[in-house]
Amino acid sequence: MAVITVERKPLTFLERTYLPQIAGGLKTTFKHLIAPKKTLEYPEERPTIPNGYRGVPTLVMDPNGREKCVSCQLCEFVCPPKAIRITPGEIPAEETDRAHVEKGPKAFDIDMLRCIYCGLCQEVCPEEAIFLQNQFSMSGYTRAEMVNHKDRLYELGGTLPDAHFKWDKKKAAEEHGNTH
Amino acid sequence: MFDFFFNLPVLVQGLIKGLAVIMVIFPIAGACSMAERKVAAWIQDRPGPNRAIVPWVAWIPFLGKFLQRLGIFHVMADGGKMLFKEDSLPGHVNKFYFVLAPIVAMIPALTTVTAVPFGAYFDAAGKVIPLGLAPLDVGMLAVFAVSSLGVYSMILAGWASNSKYPFLGSVRASAQLISYELSMTLAVLPVFLWVNAPGTEGTMGFARVVEFQSQPGFLGGMWFGFLMPLSAFIFLVALFAETNRQPFDTVESEADLVGSFHTEYGAFKWGLFFVAEYSHMIVGSGVFMLLFGGGWNPLPWVSLADLVGLLGHFLSFAHAPLFVGVLSIVIFMGKVLAMIFFFMWVRWTLPRFRYDQVMKIGWQKMLPLSIANLLFYAIAIALIQK
Repeated sequence: MAVITVERKPLTFLERTYLPQIAGGLKTTFKHLIAPKKTLEYPEERPTIPNGYRGVPTLVMDPNGREKCVSCQLCEFVCPPKAIRITPGEIPAEETDRAHVEKGPKAFDIDMLRCIYCGLCQEVCPEEAIFLQNQFSMSGYTRAEMVNHKDRLYELGGTLPDAHFKWDKKKAAEEHGNTH
Repeated sequence: MFDFFFNLPVLVQGLIKGLAVIMVIFPIAGACSMAERKVAAWIQDRPGPNRAIVPWVAWIPFLGKFLQRLGIFHVMADGGKMLFKEDSLPGHVNKFYFVLAPIVAMIPALTTVTAVPFGAYFDAAGKVIPLGLAPLDVGMLAVFAVSSLGVYSMILAGWASNSKYPFLGSVRASAQLISYELSMTLAVLPVFLWVNAPGTEGTMGFARVVEFQSQPGFLGGMWFGFLMPLSAFIFLVALFAETNRQPFDTVESEADLVGSFHTEYGAFKWGLFFVAEYSHMIVGSGVFMLLFGGGWNPLPWVSLADLVGLLGHFLSFAHAPLFVGVLSIVIFMGKVLAMIFFFMWVRWTLPRFRYDQVMKIGWQKMLPLSIANLLFYAIAIALIQK
């Protein structure tokens, strides 16, 4: 690589007095003094969350209002800091609208003191039941408060649009007599 | 009411006047720390402190919100916080001098005010009577003599703290103050050479300097800042150094000295150092405005008498001494606050000089420059005034 010798000019007299530079600096800061402010006043003003943001992990329902999670525990196994703890459970026989759903979690806890917001749980979930959504501020006064239980996770997650309607398809297939 | 006041014993009158001035200076110094935070925030594109509010002020529909956004209640919040914090006294300090230092800081800071006139009114004969605590003929000398005592508080604080960063900070402070004291003193000499023309009564007071800047005519109405720009510049730079403000902030350069001489201080003792620093700034700005900025004259070539004469056409009470006095104080305080703003503006613009640069500028640049300046004006004034 060619070496380019840059001539280092000695400072001129004016530059050695610092004054033109100081005047320039004062001009710049004065512009900022009267310029509109660039900060958000946080608790009242919230930032716009970009797409693909990885916030607090949540559980979502399908458009029929049923749990999507089937407690396969893949997220529990993949979670690097072991923040997720699932107790698998059966679907009660009397709940006819969930009759075709394979299983559901009896308990689903995410310890937000351990969670590192990596998003592996969302990536691994075969049912698209767990999503890292827009909420970015989690706070609490006790350790117990920082563990999100199942009802809280559904409350945070809400319902997301579904592309598959897996259980509806399963039900239709069963009614046509070709269950696998 | 006036008769009652003027019939009081002189000592009581002085006490009342002194307390009145302290009651103004102290809150202004406190408000300056708030203004500093606000200016800093605005320059950095932030809104700055804007949350604290007193409930019954919040009930005022429009003004309350405005005052809250301006953050003026943070002064009270901060001051109150300092009052109620634990006033810690570290075990390793020399307790007597440690407690003495902030008090010694406050005394010269508030004492210098006595020699500085801050307004004027006209008596029945049209003579200008300056308003001030003590219309001393040694004005400038008194300010120099007392304000340089402020460095003792820093030395005391640094020494009594018995730890190395405060000590280094106080050594720097004293060296810096001595270095710039010289050029500051030499810079104001041309002004007093000009004022003390041969055949006139000699004075070092500020009132005469202002009087000189409010004469009719092109040269008479010219402020000394225009007549002697180099003097004004040297005085200003030295003032920045004397008050330990950026870019001569080496005394409390937090990067290398933690907090300098007030590292070991907390709560109200720490607050006193800051009030003292801002009082120094206020008095320094006042002196600068009196010497080079026309004092209580509203504009160059427009003296206070001209303004009062102009207002006399519209207002019947324009010539009343009370109105003129208040007007002159408002004009003067406006100028001083503009200077304070300039201090803050510079602080949030410039990085700090290295310590060796501060010494080099002080001894190798400012001092020869001020001597050359003095010689030039001495010869020029000798030729003009014969």
